[in-house]
Amino acid sequence: MVTSVTSLGRNGLYDWLIQRVSAVVIAVYVIGMVGFLVCSGDLDYRAWSAFMGSAPMRIANTLMVFSVAAHTWIGLWGVTTDYLTGMTFGKAATSVRLIAQMVIALLLLVYILWGLLMIWGGA
Amino acid sequence: MKVSIYRYNPDTDREPSMKEYEVDTQGKDLMVLDILALVKEQDESLAYRRSCREGVCGSDGMNINGKNGLACITPLSAVAPGVKEGKKPLVLRPLPGLPVIRDLVVDMGVFYQQYEKVQPYLQNESPAPAIERLQTPEDRAKLDGLYECILCACCSTSCPSFWWNPDKFLGPAALLQSYRFLADSRDEATEERLSRLDDPFSLFRCHGIMNCVSVCPKGLNPTRAIGHIRSMLLERGV
Repeated sequence: MVTSVTSLGRNGLYDWLIQRVSAVVIAVYVIGMVGFLVCSGDLDYRAWSAFMGSAPMRIANTLMVFSVAAHTWIGLWGVTTDYLTGMTFGKAATSVRLIAQMVIALLLLVYILWGLLMIWGGA
Repeated sequence: MKVSIYRYNPDTDREPSMKEYEVDTQGKDLMVLDILALVKEQDESLAYRRSCREGVCGSDGMNINGKNGLACITPLSAVAPGVKEGKKPLVLRPLPGLPVIRDLVVDMGVFYQQYEKVQPYLQNESPAPAIERLQTPEDRAKLDGLYECILCACCSTSCPSFWWNPDKFLGPAALLQSYRFLADSRDEATEERLSRLDDPFSLFRCHGIMNCVSVCPKGLNPTRAIGHIRSMLLERGV
């Protein structure tokens, strides 16, 4: 048993499940969005704004933002714990890994807040 | 034919190097282990492990032209096109990801520690019956494809997750053995076994790239076993 305080759910099964569920959300969103863009023909600002401003799309966009953030965190957490280790960085590994993980976490938090602001901010 | 072999003696060499040998196979499709024996006749200092020479003991796992396998059951014709004909050299290296003791001999300590971690023995607290703990033929059949593992380490040492985190990820061989006991109807430690596997590393570092399946000299499928354990964890945890 290996405990880790920086993995998303501190549990392998939880992270694995979130990774899969978020992948499905991202896939459905991308397919739906491509379908909309293909079917909508000449798209002007008014139609685009109405589409993205509708309640279902706001919910879908919010789900997408959280899914991308969770998916990215789990994936990059795996990358940092694979490659930023004592094998590559020696004694400095823990500091390097922690800094990299914190930078990624902060960027993802900014991304989530910025996304929510765009979706729900009414601008 | 040309044979290129990884040589390293920590007592005399500063760093490992590849040494070339010329071997006459007389056109025969010899096993890689036979080639090593011919090289050993030329150069006694070459070190490698071997024992049963028929794919049962798992001693002579090595990296043969980039792919892990048992030297004793790998014919030259199966190594790569052109090797048997002498058009391409036979390239032998130790199993990747393990410390080299000398030449093709690696320190399997980490690998055995992983094996030990999965407690590879039956755990049953129920009073033993007079003769033996019986199994139905169906329950016994569940162990097929699991018990045949010879612990040669070809699978684990071909797995990048094993290379990067050998101390945390258990590796395909140990996980195959873990499922061998999880699947055994006579074992009662299922809960304890599963509770040791649901952290982010021990099992979930497997990303399903299936290198283990492609190299297993016994034709076993650790990825499938890992999938079964994952399903058990999912059933238990959802």
